[in-house]
Amino acid sequence: MNRLTQAGRSLGLAALMLMPGAVFAAGTLEGEIKQQPTNWTAIGMFAVFVVMTLFITKWAAAKTKSAADFYTAGGGITGFQNGLAIAGDYMSAASFLGISAAVMTSGFDGLIYSIGFLVGWPILTFLMAERLRNLGKFTFADVAAFRFAQTPVRVFAALSTLVVVAFYLIAQMVGAGQLIKLLFGLDYHYAVIIVGALMMVYVLFGGMTATTWVQIIKACLLLGGASFMAFMVMSHFGFSFEGLFAESVKVKSELAGAAGKTPEEAAKAGLSIMGPGSFVKDPISAISFGMALMFGTAGLPHILMRFFTVPSAKEARKSVMWATVWIGYFYLLTFIIGFGAIVFVLTNPDFLELKDGVSGLIGGNNMAAVHLAHAVGGNIFLGFISAVAFATILAVVAGLTLSGASAVSHDLYSTVFKKGKADSASELKVSRITTIALGIVAVILGIAFEKQNIAFMVSLAFAIAASANFPVLFLSLLWKGMTTRGAVIGGLIGLVSSVTLTVISPSVWEATLGHAKGSAPFPYTSPALFSMVLAFVGVWFFSITDKSRRAEEDKAGYLAQQVRSETGIGAAEASAH
Amino acid sequence: MQDTMLQRIANSPTYKELRSKRLRFGWMLTILVLVVYYGFITLIAFRKDILATPIGDGVMSWGIPAGFGVIVFTIVVTAIYVFRANGEYDEMTEQVKREVLK
Repeated sequence: MNRLTQAGRSLGLAALMLMPGAVFAAGTLEGEIKQQPTNWTAIGMFAVFVVMTLFITKWAAAKTKSAADFYTAGGGITGFQNGLAIAGDYMSAASFLGISAAVMTSGFDGLIYSIGFLVGWPILTFLMAERLRNLGKFTFADVAAFRFAQTPVRVFAALSTLVVVAFYLIAQMVGAGQLIKLLFGLDYHYAVIIVGALMMVYVLFGGMTATTWVQIIKACLLLGGASFMAFMVMSHFGFSFEGLFAESVKVKSELAGAAGKTPEEAAKAGLSIMGPGSFVKDPISAISFGMALMFGTAGLPHILMRFFTVPSAKEARKSVMWATVWIGYFYLLTFIIGFGAIVFVLTNPDFLELKDGVSGLIGGNNMAAVHLAHAVGGNIFLGFISAVAFATILAVVAGLTLSGASAVSHDLYSTVFKKGKADSASELKVSRITTIALGIVAVILGIAFEKQNIAFMVSLAFAIAASANFPVLFLSLLWKGMTTRGAVIGGLIGLVSSVTLTVISPSVWEATLGHAKGSAPFPYTSPALFSMVLAFVGVWFFSITDKSRRAEEDKAGYLAQQVRSETGIGAAEASAH
Repeated sequence: MQDTMLQRIANSPTYKELRSKRLRFGWMLTILVLVVYYGFITLIAFRKDILATPIGDGVMSWGIPAGFGVIVFTIVVTAIYVFRANGEYDEMTEQVKREVLK
């Protein structure tokens, strides 16, 4: 028994040395993943989830009659429900598996990462939430274009929405394919097609009502499952954090010792999980990445869209409060789960394997939470967590597709092509056609990117949201001097610069395009610090130099926008049919 | 919205008070969040050792309560704003509506 544990610990150590810093890059699932034996418990649990959600879709379909029902569930979602749905959009499979893996690998660094994801919420609450609700109807472009010339601003907003949605979708689809190999032991292509098909059914028939309820159910299952795991870990240590940390440090030290380190080095390696490590390499990357996470949250179209599903500004505020509570709680849980994985997974030879002569976690580090589920809850609970992880991707993909579809049908078709004169029925038809098109595109992209390193895609989506959508939205709400020209040019500068800087940064230039290490022209992890500044300066400069007649109208419209955004007088009743 | 009503709202003392109060409070909390978060990141970037220092004789470092503290702080400031806005600010908004729409 002793020998077994010893062997397990040395295996675990090699796993430690393998741990790529890349989990931090985006928390996405990546790399070559070997297909696991078919797991029927997990597949069965997932089937139950699917049946349940299809019943909800059937119920939602009966309620989805107008464009308003389709985009915003008729405005009939309460703040508490919407908070759960927003949290669900945010708690992706990548953040559940990726952050717990990051904590298992390097302890404290994982916490730094999750804090970055959380701190955007209060800013969104203080400066934007109620204004968004009071001005918007279906999409964030309703708000961004409120007092400007509709066509150019809508075209920009739709373009930037589709770009963000595309990158986010690819990351989710590839993640789904990798996960299904790991969790269910099924082929990659099955996953991509199952996700594409189910998502189309939810969105096509149930619109926002079904998408929201699928997200709420998933959020409850995920929070429940993660709470149970954290509870089991903590109860093992009599609910003492010191006990959990002491044991984790001991495990990490022993693993380092077993790998041939001197006792002093081993002790140091063990203690390193208690403090900041290599996550923050240089201050500029740290601040830039922090900005992408913080302000990207306030520019993600599928999150912003949720503010229009509640009936009033009061409920909009409650939504963000509940979202913040659940997301914060979730990150505390993933932190405990990550440490639990150090103690229960890294020491158990059942969860470790030799791969190409080096050993590691079966299925890779991202399996930390899944193996821990097995360790604390047995086979059934393993199946449950696997099914929830897969359901998570499905729900997030549905939300993304809906926001992409509304950008096409509401912003481009109805407002730009039909000049606002499209009737609800034809707008609804266009959203449904777009949903099918997006579903097919998502499946094709998911298959096309199977072998690519897509670690950068979620952070790229956040960087674009922070650099293109956020500056335009934020300044249009709070700066009277902004004009149509400033919005469009500034926004495009943010969009182009964030994409370009990401392409020439190490994560794409070296890791994906295969150029030599150290050859990336842009050395930092995230472009946000630079591209956000460029966008803000762009909006400012091209607004103050704008002497057109349109600019006069834009500025003259500010008072009406301000009063409506702050009082809600004249705000769209989302429930009006 | 008609221009006359717009002017009446814009000139209403209650609206002006609501606006300045809410903007001041919102920006104050925003700056507070930025200071706390970027303070935390700066500490990590320049003085890793402070957060890695163990508390007392145990292994737990000061980084753990600091990190948990930032999470709890984020939730608490959000809740404070929402409670104030849903109470005080919404009452003032209702008052503006009563004054102008009657």
